[in-house]
Amino acid sequence: MSLTASPDESNAAQHNVRQAEVSAALARVLPRSAILTRREETAPYECDGLTAFRATPMIVVLPETETELAATLRVCRELGVPVVARGAGTGLSGGALPHRAGVTLSLAKFNKIVKVDPRSCTATVQCGVRNLAISEAAAPYGLYYAPDPSSQIACTIGGNVAENSGGVHCLKYGMTLHNVLRVRGFTALGEPVEFGSEALDAAGLDLLAIVIGSEGMLAITTEVTVKLVPKPELARCIIASFPTIESAGNAVANVIACGIIPAGLELMDRRMTEVAENFVHAGYDLSAAALLLCESDGTPEEVEEEIAAMTQVLTESGASRIEVSRDEAQRLKFWSGRKSAFPASGGISPDYMCMDSTIPRRHLARMLLAIQAMEVKHGLRCVNVFHAGDGNLHPLILFDANDPEQFKRCERFGADILEASLELGGTVTGEHGVGVEKLNSMCVQFSQAEREQFLAIKRAFDPEELLNPGKVIPTLARCAEYGRMLIHRGMLPFPDLPRF
Amino acid sequence: MPAQDTAIARLVDHIESARARGAALAIYGGGTKSFYGEPPRGEPVRLSELTGVSSYEPSELVVTARAGTPLRELESVLAEKGQCLPFEPPRFSTGGTVGGMVAAGISGPSRAALGSVRDYVLGVTLLNGRGELVTFGGQVMKNVAGYDVSRLMVGSWGVLGILCEVSLKVLAARPAAATLRFDRDESDALAELARWRALPLPVHSTAWHEGRLYVRLAGARAAVQSACDQLAGAELAAAEADAWWESLRDHTHPFFKPAESELAMGECLWRISVPATAAAFDLSGRHLVEWGGAQRWWRTRAPAEAVRRAADRAGGHATLVRAADKSPGAFSRVPEPLLRIHRSLKDAFDPDRIFNPGRLYADL
Repeated sequence: MSLTASPDESNAAQHNVRQAEVSAALARVLPRSAILTRREETAPYECDGLTAFRATPMIVVLPETETELAATLRVCRELGVPVVARGAGTGLSGGALPHRAGVTLSLAKFNKIVKVDPRSCTATVQCGVRNLAISEAAAPYGLYYAPDPSSQIACTIGGNVAENSGGVHCLKYGMTLHNVLRVRGFTALGEPVEFGSEALDAAGLDLLAIVIGSEGMLAITTEVTVKLVPKPELARCIIASFPTIESAGNAVANVIACGIIPAGLELMDRRMTEVAENFVHAGYDLSAAALLLCESDGTPEEVEEEIAAMTQVLTESGASRIEVSRDEAQRLKFWSGRKSAFPASGGISPDYMCMDSTIPRRHLARMLLAIQAMEVKHGLRCVNVFHAGDGNLHPLILFDANDPEQFKRCERFGADILEASLELGGTVTGEHGVGVEKLNSMCVQFSQAEREQFLAIKRAFDPEELLNPGKVIPTLARCAEYGRMLIHRGMLPFPDLPRF
Repeated sequence: MPAQDTAIARLVDHIESARARGAALAIYGGGTKSFYGEPPRGEPVRLSELTGVSSYEPSELVVTARAGTPLRELESVLAEKGQCLPFEPPRFSTGGTVGGMVAAGISGPSRAALGSVRDYVLGVTLLNGRGELVTFGGQVMKNVAGYDVSRLMVGSWGVLGILCEVSLKVLAARPAAATLRFDRDESDALAELARWRALPLPVHSTAWHEGRLYVRLAGARAAVQSACDQLAGAELAAAEADAWWESLRDHTHPFFKPAESELAMGECLWRISVPATAAAFDLSGRHLVEWGGAQRWWRTRAPAEAVRRAADRAGGHATLVRAADKSPGAFSRVPEPLLRIHRSLKDAFDPDRIFNPGRLYADL
């Protein structure tokens, strides 16, 4: 009988010692109730919206004030502990996946609306305020916050800043980047810092632009000042039916080409339409190969002009049926199926994986046909519902996670979609972020020099690489391994990818 | 080898030689903004071989142009298809380039309503200080793969790298526009601007100068007409209106050009960027307000510290644009820890500090 512990036991013992050391140091600067260490307390934090990836954090910290947050960061830095910030945990790329030897910093208690100012049309809110809560607070002034990710009832503005989130209305109103003026937060060293300002620009380099969308790797956000916009007097929506997926894809390009920026322009394929119809009974045309939802908002005069112009383009593009919402109730009904597409998909398959690439709009039809071919190749079904106006695809690959072989096929299906998107001149993520999910695809999209540049930027903000390490930027070794795998599968990782 | 590749190869050689010699490089597009910011220092690097629109898909609302492409050429290519750069970059004189537009990051009168240069940049290809040609962003509307490096380049005054190619989102030109004028003193004008901001009006640009408030409405024909009826100001003739807004955009209005004799007497042109709701400043001299109150230009002999203090108190910053003496610094400084991050970012892109040293801050 050996006197030494097995490697597993020894690791577990080390982990326990480390956990005790870090939690004791945290307990000196935080109330005991703000520190969670027991397995049953930390389990709810083991994944975000991407449930396929899970890890138990060593410790979860729930600070209530900036002072507590800064103290937490200083302790973590002192002891070299990785810090993973977390909002509502609705992210879809594993950006908030915990670090097993790290602290998950839950910002749920930073939930106060600091100020809504109708004169400047801005709102200043703490990072844990929900996206929709901002619009609700602004509503009495006839204002709202435009970016509307599908998870807006739950996701927080801090998470939106981390991911540069979009939504249905970002075609016309822009992403988070275009709607945030100022971010207050803390560096990895625990120093307070402000990026941007309440003016339209700030002195020096535009650090706000790089902090937004940096997935919690450059700084921890605590407070955000956002732009509010006047609520349009009127919004109307067209549902157009198309006999083929190609004609629907081409209609999208035609609408944009005619000079109109719709408030939303979404595409649902037939299978998605059936699923959504069964879920909400919106009265969708089930005979169409694809439906387009095309919205106009603004003054009644603008909306009338745009609806007439859009109707004409959609008709000329081969729409077999066109219906325009008569009133607000009908408009909301049109959108109800689109908005519930994800939960509805949950009803027809044990699991689904949501992809998020963006391609030039003129290639939409080609891409959708390529996805149909991939369904045959991988033996899995895929439904499509997405932000067509932006060229931002969200194919949902249906699979059963309990079957490891199906999960593997699903992952390969997803990688094929991302790589086809790159071949068409697109990007592997339009609005969900890289997180851990798309690390491999980053090897394909970016050269080694480009990935090293990302890493150098990371170190400029966070020299010890403690904030959300291991996300977004794949290691050289990982990319080398992935490259070998692609060659093994008979694919080259686009050595001739045009770069200039 | 294609001409563009040869041009890039020459730039890489120049970078390598500058690193080896410890020389500084001053990056020039058309040189039309040399007066803006701190003075350029170093061996001139010109991008005149790196020109041309490399791809343009009007139906995608995306254009990609090499950095040395004259801005005028880009704008005329877009105008042929009824499209435009919605942020109205200034043309301080002829010869400005696409690269200079992005590196300076200056937007025109429509900025408050339609967004800035940065808001429309989709991707860049640049040479960093290691002589590596790297591409960030792309030609699609939504892209969150990796950090948003292309937008960090906007307004970086060339201190991080040599821009080689830029992709921009463009928009269709507005079908209709009208400019209204009102007699208002400054505080009434600022109150009026705040009121309009919260209403769903097709406001495109606003300006106040010497007792007159101007608003340009642009968008769908019916919407512009209805807003004109609602606001009831004096409508300017189209030619007069275009000339007015162009004189603000390109700084051809005499307000922006102090005479040499005035500069010699200590007169300066300041750009003050503040929250739109900031109260009127109590400074000596004359001024012009744009962007719904968020951009205020001052012709003043007030000491630089007084101007910067006023900007700072209002939550903004001040740029010394034209002056005989720029020793107070062209740009407002940033506080720590932002300054440390600036220095570290400089090292991350340009470890030997060869690009545009001192153009933004003395120590970058």
